[in-house]
Amino acid sequence: MLIVTVFTFLLLRLIPGNVAVAIMGPGAYRDPAAIAQFNRQYGFDKPWYAQYWLWLSNLLRGNLGYSWKQNQSVASLLGERLPKTVILVGIATLVALIIAVPIGIIQAVRRNKVVDHFFNGFSTVFYAMPSFLLGILLILVFAIKIPIFPAEAPQGETIGVIFSNFNAMILPIATLALISIALFSRYMRSSVLDNITEDYVRTAKAKGASERRILVRHILRNSLIPIATLLGLSLPFILSGALITESVFNYPGMGLLFFQSASSQDYPVLLGITVVVAAATVVGSLLADITYAALDPRVRYVSR
Amino acid sequence: MTANYLPPHEPIDPLDPGDVVLTDPTAAPDVATAVESGMLPAGKPRSSFRRGMEVFLENKLAVAGICIFAFMLLFCFVGPLVYHTNQSLVNFADQTLPPSASHPLGTDSSGFDVLGRLMIAGQISLEVGLAAAALATVVGVLWGAVAGYFGGVLDAAMMRVVDAMLSIPTLFLLLVIVSMVTPSELVLIVVIALTSWLTTARLVRGEALSLRVRDYVQAMKVMGGGSARAVLRHIAPNAIGTIMVNATFQVADAIAFIVALSYLGLGIRPPQQDWGGMLSDGITYVSDGYWWLIIPAGFCIVLVITAVLFVGEGLRDAVEVRLQRR
Repeated sequence: MLIVTVFTFLLLRLIPGNVAVAIMGPGAYRDPAAIAQFNRQYGFDKPWYAQYWLWLSNLLRGNLGYSWKQNQSVASLLGERLPKTVILVGIATLVALIIAVPIGIIQAVRRNKVVDHFFNGFSTVFYAMPSFLLGILLILVFAIKIPIFPAEAPQGETIGVIFSNFNAMILPIATLALISIALFSRYMRSSVLDNITEDYVRTAKAKGASERRILVRHILRNSLIPIATLLGLSLPFILSGALITESVFNYPGMGLLFFQSASSQDYPVLLGITVVVAAATVVGSLLADITYAALDPRVRYVSR
Repeated sequence: MTANYLPPHEPIDPLDPGDVVLTDPTAAPDVATAVESGMLPAGKPRSSFRRGMEVFLENKLAVAGICIFAFMLLFCFVGPLVYHTNQSLVNFADQTLPPSASHPLGTDSSGFDVLGRLMIAGQISLEVGLAAAALATVVGVLWGAVAGYFGGVLDAAMMRVVDAMLSIPTLFLLLVIVSMVTPSELVLIVVIALTSWLTTARLVRGEALSLRVRDYVQAMKVMGGGSARAVLRHIAPNAIGTIMVNATFQVADAIAFIVALSYLGLGIRPPQQDWGGMLSDGITYVSDGYWWLIIPAGFCIVLVITAVLFVGEGLRDAVEVRLQRR
């Protein structure tokens, strides 16, 4: 994690050109004193490791720095945007799971039948489809041809706006969910297939348990273990999807903020979001390990 | 080769679910594959390469994938020689015309013929995708092979760098770097390659760890061969199956990345355009219902990426058959 911060910091400090000029405009060249003043104020006259130390010690105190373009501290920007991304990602993932798990089970049970091939084609196409294309197509069909949903996500400062105008959230959520369904249903299918051949399934069959009972009580429970871990591990995938989805639907979340900051070279914001995303990724894979151990007793026996 | 050697399991990369999705680990080998993989006695011995090829060619989807990809290459690079269109002079008189006999897919906002534009734009998408994947593979293979072969502190240090970079989702990393440079085709190839060699490095390191203790590598060392020879002549070539499969998926990813970047306006800059750029141009007019600005480019993107994914899956099956024999 520490390496990530050093790495990102160095990367952003390698920017060609003068930061002061970038912020104050080309006219700043006429006033060298102002540039020197700016550099002193933001600590750019110090060597990079001193700048890094300053930034890191601020970070540990919860101070992520100050946006160069938005006249707001990075922390307050994030505080405003992050919950919205969490809502979008959370609902989309939930919807995706609710749909993907049954699809995966049906595919595995009817393996190599028409249903299986149909959903296989479905998930391959959605897996190959970039999220922005899916978003555009949904807008084209459901906002332009058949105008039932707005083409733009709810705008506004507060979270309340999102829920009061939930109709506008349908398309962004659908975009993100469809792409996650493609991922999750493939995992679910192979996870169920793994379990179907296990000995305990044969035992249950021999005992005379009904197909349904075997499926729900035995196979489903065991197949969900890898899915639970997968949730943590697919966080980078979902966050990248959210970044694109937010920019397609102009949804004011963290991904859109990141994209705008990248376009306007607002480095403190980029740095802040990168740290948050990297932290989320690390926590995600840690949670994946923990849930795996919690759900599967065998893992605990194996570990020292 | 040792007879009782079990094939190394691909190390599961916790941060990249992308590749794992496509496996079907439970696909039970039918009798034919069982014969070929040596589990059942076969009629006559064949080379493992031939056997792999046969498995690959039996996979209809993979063959279809190759055909589609070849067709798209022809379409983009030979197409403009057959289908002549004006792609350099803006013509506002013919702006956003719907499909007709003279313009089979209509024209875009600058009056360019969309079918001709698809070919020109596809050249960039495919070039960047293939070149970035190739470069990423070379970097990843060298990095992983060196780390795995030498082991110890060097391995730990090199892999920590990979871990650190992997904890930032590639798209975020890509956007940060692209925001600092002026993107040209070459720059984009390098940038995409530099952000996507990490999974390759991990996989190859795993292979290298198991390959470096093999008898033939040890024998070569006894005979006085150097480390460079071990890495380049023995480790990398013997991991070729894993590398090929991974490289194929890299192509799919690289195309997706360049298209996404161009869509966001941070990729290829005008007057050059790729499929992503065509889409971002098209979405400006989406409320006018100009579907021909979106559907053709979107179709090409999905078609190419799907084709590459099919080829990758086919290759993976073929390589697994080879591994069983090793």
